[in-house]
Amino acid sequence: MEFVRDRGTFFWNLLFPVLMVAGFSFAFSGDGKALFKVALAGDQASTVAEAIADARAGGGHANSAGLSPMEEFLSIPELELIVYNDEEAGPDRKIALDKLRKHQIDMLVDFNDATYYLNDRSSGSGILKRLVDASGANGSVAGDGMERVGTFTERAVSGDAIRYVDWLVPGVIGMNMMFSCLFGVGFVLVRYRKNGVLKRLKATPVGALNFLFAQAMSRMIIAFATSVVVFAGTNFFLHFRMEGSYLPLLALLLLAILSMISLGLVFAARFKSEELASGLLNLVTFPMMIFSGVFFSLEGSPQALRNVSKAFPLTHFLEGARAVMIDGAGFATVWPQMAILAAMSAVFLAISTALFKWE
Amino acid sequence: MDTTPIMEVIDLRKNYGKVEAVRGISLSIPSGSCFGLLGPNGAGKTTTIEMMEGILAPDSGTVLFRGKPVDHRFREKVGIQFQNTALPEYITVKETLELFRSFYPEPRTLAEVIDLCSLGDILGRDNRKLSGGQRQRMLLGIALIPRPEMLFLDEPTTGLDPQARRNFWTLINGIKKENTSILLTTHYMDEAEELCDRVAIVDQGKVLEVDTPDNLLAKHFTGQLVKLPLQEGNGRTAEILSGIGAVRSGESWEIESTALDATMKRLLEANLNLDGLSIHKPDLEDLFIKLTGTSLRT
Repeated sequence: MEFVRDRGTFFWNLLFPVLMVAGFSFAFSGDGKALFKVALAGDQASTVAEAIADARAGGGHANSAGLSPMEEFLSIPELELIVYNDEEAGPDRKIALDKLRKHQIDMLVDFNDATYYLNDRSSGSGILKRLVDASGANGSVAGDGMERVGTFTERAVSGDAIRYVDWLVPGVIGMNMMFSCLFGVGFVLVRYRKNGVLKRLKATPVGALNFLFAQAMSRMIIAFATSVVVFAGTNFFLHFRMEGSYLPLLALLLLAILSMISLGLVFAARFKSEELASGLLNLVTFPMMIFSGVFFSLEGSPQALRNVSKAFPLTHFLEGARAVMIDGAGFATVWPQMAILAAMSAVFLAISTALFKWE
Repeated sequence: MDTTPIMEVIDLRKNYGKVEAVRGISLSIPSGSCFGLLGPNGAGKTTTIEMMEGILAPDSGTVLFRGKPVDHRFREKVGIQFQNTALPEYITVKETLELFRSFYPEPRTLAEVIDLCSLGDILGRDNRKLSGGQRQRMLLGIALIPRPEMLFLDEPTTGLDPQARRNFWTLINGIKKENTSILLTTHYMDEAEELCDRVAIVDQGKVLEVDTPDNLLAKHFTGQLVKLPLQEGNGRTAEILSGIGAVRSGESWEIESTALDATMKRLLEANLNLDGLSIHKPDLEDLFIKLTGTSLRT
């Protein structure tokens, strides 16, 4: 009730995420990428990457005497190299090819079978193709008719780009849900404790468990409804990708909401000061917002950071939601995320009921 | 009437850090009566009443309800009005009452509560927009929802204007007719005299006196009280007044007189400045000042 009657907050809750997605998609609509992402696969991938890093450190082309034409091409500083090494033609190459199809990377070079892949539907491919041609790595400058060692064959894959929006929408829905749950539950309870509403309730026969359950349920309905509205709202304007079915997505969403609410309850269990609670909530929400992959992918960030991000419920929700929305995954694929979210909820709920105080 | 006291506390103690808020309070509240806990701010009234309500755990001492230790069903049988309670925001009076009704197994009907506390005209109003008096009426309504056997009222009229206070008293007197036992804390003497069958005077965490208001006054005062404001240092005045039997009390001289004629005659004969002289029947306020040496409202 409070949620609906506090009209300002109500509309802000719905409008903010939609505006945010719109703003971001506008900001990223230009194709101003200076950097191409090139994936390296095959046994020698990491060795090559190191050699190129050395060459770049040593001043680029000046030092490129010992490099093959392909290596020379790869040492162009505008290219970002990501190594998908080992496992001959194994899953790593498959993953990289998949990413190439979705325009998440611009090129894949496989050293095992001396092949490079470009996506013929990607705008970057043309430039990369000319660069490779210029380097001679595919033998095209071989006007002298000599057979060259280590020439690469070009192959093309096709696939439509995943727009940044497609990737961002789950992030923004998740973030909005996170704020709604953590602050909705945490703040309201702390305020009620501070001003004595909880004390008044303590004087009634209502038990703590009942009360917390009711709070959680009401917030759950609100957060769920908001997320659905935001989803529909952003889809109306942006027509983003929805490959998978809605059922696993809704299940993920409910579990994520539950885990967020329980996390909020942990913070709301004891504190009496809104300032303290708000500080602590920010301490959790900001890292989650930044490091759970709301706005940018954590791929390529340090392993330590990725490990930390595993502790956030939001990370698992986003992984799952993106798998469903972008890759069309079903329950069979996203069950680990669902299990983790459920386990987190259970742990947070146990902690919050143990800590809860009326006053 | 049931002779077991509805509530009894024995040697309650509570410290907040080094502050001894309640230092051994024992009280017995007869069933069906209105019992007043009187004392200045900081006397330990609220701490005492909250320990009796089961909101605060005492450091030591016993709380008995109908002769037995308080059990889990106690909360269904008592109604509580705290000194300052915020109400859930953004909901109306009617919704709040419905909300609290849902907490109890056998609540009063909404109509009954509305009638008891004259809430009819503010039902649709948002809790945040209530005036002081309306708010207290609403909080009383919430306290009455469980059809309480015991009603706790912690300074229910503090901060209300005189008319709102009188309205509130009318409501309480109506509830007393239902034979509900009431424990009321207040620092208003007139409120205690108007509502309470028995009063306990509390100061610095201890009970000074317990009795009916009339008995207390009869015990400590005989006759009328003549008060004369303190005047600028005139040694002779003090001497004369002491001679008549006046006692300095705060900012005035007080003479307890059983023979008003004689007292007045002596004052006139002494040829003193009698500006501001007053004669009144002693009330609980005077008693309190006499017992503690401090005025209640300071």
